[in-house]
Amino acid sequence: MDFDLECENLTKRFGVLTAVDEVSFTVPEGSFFSILGPSGCGKTTLMRMIAGFESPDNGNIRIKGEPVVGLPPNRRNVKMVFQHLALFPMMNVGENIAYGLRCRGAARDEIRRRVGDVLERVGLPDAAGKEIHQLSGGQKQRIAIARCMVLDPDVLLLDEPLGALDLKLREHMKVELKLLQHQFGTTFVYITHDQSEALVMSDRVAVMRDGRFDQIDTPQALYHNPQSAFVAGFVGDSNRWNGRVTRVSGDELVLETAAGLVLTGRTAGDSALRAGDRADIYVRPEAITTTRAGGSSGGGNPSDGANSLDGIIDSLLFNGANSRILVRTADDRLIEAHLPLTGDNSDLGDGERVTLSWPSDYSRCFAPLEG
Amino acid sequence: MRTQSLLARWIYHGYVIVFFVYLAAPLAAAGLFAFNDSLFPSLPWRGFTLDWFFSDTEPKLGVFHDDRLLRGLYYSFWIGLAVSALSVFVGTCNAFLFERKSFPAKNFFYVMMIIPLVIPGVILGISILVLASSIVNGIEERWGYEPDFLRPGLLLVVLGQFSFITTITSLVIAARLRKFDVEMEEAALNLGANRWRVLRTVTLPYLRPALIAAGVVAFLISFENFNTTLFLVGSEAPLTITMYDRMAKVGSTPVLNAVSVVLMVGSATLALISVLVQRDVPDGR
Amino acid sequence: MAARSDQQKLALILLFTPFLLWIVLLIVLPHIGILHLSFQEKVGLREFNYSFANYIDFLNEPIYWNTLLRTAVISILVTVITLFVGFPIAYYIAKIARRRIRGALFLLCLIPLWVSDLVRAFGWIVLLRETGVVSGVLQWSGLVGQPVEMLYNDATIVIGLVYTVVLFMIVPLVSTLDGMDDSLVEAGFNLGGSRLTVLRRIIIPYAMPGIVAGFIIVFMLTAGSYLTPVLLGGKNSMWFTEQIYNQFITRYNWQAGATFGVLLLIFTSTVVWLGLRLSGQSLANTVAKP
Repeated sequence: MDFDLECENLTKRFGVLTAVDEVSFTVPEGSFFSILGPSGCGKTTLMRMIAGFESPDNGNIRIKGEPVVGLPPNRRNVKMVFQHLALFPMMNVGENIAYGLRCRGAARDEIRRRVGDVLERVGLPDAAGKEIHQLSGGQKQRIAIARCMVLDPDVLLLDEPLGALDLKLREHMKVELKLLQHQFGTTFVYITHDQSEALVMSDRVAVMRDGRFDQIDTPQALYHNPQSAFVAGFVGDSNRWNGRVTRVSGDELVLETAAGLVLTGRTAGDSALRAGDRADIYVRPEAITTTRAGGSSGGGNPSDGANSLDGIIDSLLFNGANSRILVRTADDRLIEAHLPLTGDNSDLGDGERVTLSWPSDYSRCFAPLEG
Repeated sequence: MRTQSLLARWIYHGYVIVFFVYLAAPLAAAGLFAFNDSLFPSLPWRGFTLDWFFSDTEPKLGVFHDDRLLRGLYYSFWIGLAVSALSVFVGTCNAFLFERKSFPAKNFFYVMMIIPLVIPGVILGISILVLASSIVNGIEERWGYEPDFLRPGLLLVVLGQFSFITTITSLVIAARLRKFDVEMEEAALNLGANRWRVLRTVTLPYLRPALIAAGVVAFLISFENFNTTLFLVGSEAPLTITMYDRMAKVGSTPVLNAVSVVLMVGSATLALISVLVQRDVPDGR
Repeated sequence: MAARSDQQKLALILLFTPFLLWIVLLIVLPHIGILHLSFQEKVGLREFNYSFANYIDFLNEPIYWNTLLRTAVISILVTVITLFVGFPIAYYIAKIARRRIRGALFLLCLIPLWVSDLVRAFGWIVLLRETGVVSGVLQWSGLVGQPVEMLYNDATIVIGLVYTVVLFMIVPLVSTLDGMDDSLVEAGFNLGGSRLTVLRRIIIPYAMPGIVAGFIIVFMLTAGSYLTPVLLGGKNSMWFTEQIYNQFITRYNWQAGATFGVLLLIFTSTVVWLGLRLSGQSLANTVAKP
């Protein structure tokens, strides 16, 4: 397999702060790769190193096999869509897109042709003469991408470009970006703190925290098989309990919380948990089945590999397909469970007694997060 | 309560109107008598005339035929141009210096940059006069050669005005530079431009309205400057000095009013241009 | 990478050079020059001693330090008057006028600024002198029987000076007030404040940088003003800058002139510094234009 981007042991320190800590990854050609992490995790620094605006203290970067560390930013064939797009206000759309070509000294005819081409490919064929301030938010996004793509880059970097858009437009642009990437066939490297963006658009996602990659995987794997407590908590929603491990057999373990709740789950990640260790257990709301107390599918016990909790419905959170109920359990915690809109249990209401149950396969246990 | 606040409002509005009348009065007076067909810029009004502008016979020598005044205008114009060009250039350097670079004692130097604005113009004038004069004397004593251009004259006037106008242009340009999103320079670099090209095609075009505005402001302030120029002027005098001489020694004829009108119209036009240039520029984002 | 930071260092040096040349050659050295000159005492033909003689002469001659005192007092008076005259106007422009009028009003305010000191003083002369407009109107309306000379007295000087500098008070005030969120004032009223309270506790503290900026610039311009007091005050003007002019140009006594210059500079700088201290502002964030 050919890689468009390869990073080895990239490290960057600012004084005593290590922003990027021995990060290594590869991106296959033609794929959509996202780096997902909270603010301050180092993803922007990492991207700026790939683009050439920062130089790594340590490590290598190769674009299509060529090492680029040491090349100034205007000589690398990675083009970047900036957070605020950075479209030049004193030029019109056509001149913006032509900028890179003019720097290369391309002939006027060729410039005109290629600008026209790329505008068609992003779906704005007549925009060349327009001024930047006449464009809508979504159009500006596409022009910013066109400005980069017209130069046939090896890799396109995108720095949280959807942040300034409102919700509906953002949802629309997520799909658009994925389609554009397929259409151009260029490798996209996308950084964001919004996990839904990363999951929807990417072929693979790297979750970053404090300068390191916690996990690099497909969106599905990240969601269903998080390898660390951080990923489990950051990607998607989860309920979390903290307790002490009472028994371990293979990759299954039993955990008892301070309040006496007994739960089972699978271990994951490198944390080798043993009896007596403290651990966190995570389960997603949609994995939980809610039934009325005393109902037919109620009751399971830890020894069957199933979990079961009783509680009272505290409130209903209606959110279309994403509806949830908040259940107050015996240990006075609020647990989020998926609320089905159709079927037997779709008429649950406030104050009803219910039983929450889920198989232990759907719980994940990890060593607790530090700090 | 209501009537009281209504009365208060009317008083307030009235005050504002009175104020603007107060602002306009001397200018109107100065300008009006330029059109008075009389030998003195005073009442009684003897009829409307454009003679004080265009007539070329004594004793009513119009502005556009009065050689000394015209020469004053000529010198003022070139001095203004020189001061404007110099101060915009140095002002741009200063703007980049303080907005983009970091260096030790930066705050101290920033204060130094602003200090010329709080020094009375008279002091700026005499201090430069003294320095130039000592340099001239020193050179003459040591090498016997007298560098005339350092004696009171056009160069000294330009330098004297430049000394404080540069602060103003620096501030105007720096204000615009501050609003510049560095992302745009990075984007240009990313697209393949080298640093010079980025400066030329992205940063300077963005600064253009501020550069023009600063240039116009510099020109206007230079044109109307008196205090500093007074001590540095030689035989080639700009318009303000010429006019003052005329007023103090010969007594005033309405030709000075005509000059005032020309100055008012000229500065209003330039000021308008500078405002217009700054208005229809998109800020970019 | 080493090449790049060398390039950056070179850029820094290139940018710093014009700045340094300007400040050192045109500001620092000249002022050291007049300071130096002020300490030179003329002992004989082309012979000089270093001493405080010039300063002592200044103190000994009542007319000199009287003039300085008079200039000082009138300048402060003018500055205070300007603040009171200008603040309501600035507030009106920044807050009360509607958008379109606001731009026009601001421009109207700026126009007298662009016209020279000379034209302004000349205009006042035309208005106020014996044969001037106001006198003529008064005679015509029968209020007075003969031409009234209104120039050449202190009141006229003050009016003329206020006129010259009021715009330098208004401009920084408008800029500062413009940035004030209307909701601050509304909150003040909403929480029960009277108009006076809101003015005193909310508007004025917020506008303080603008007020101080205006104060400094106006004071400095007034004390350093030449044309307005001299032309409007005539022989009675007794303005300190006129003294400096006399010493330098008329009497060619550069030592004395330099001394006066230094004294004026010390005086204005002290007031400026006091003003900054008392209001807790710094030079950089007041005078530096928006």
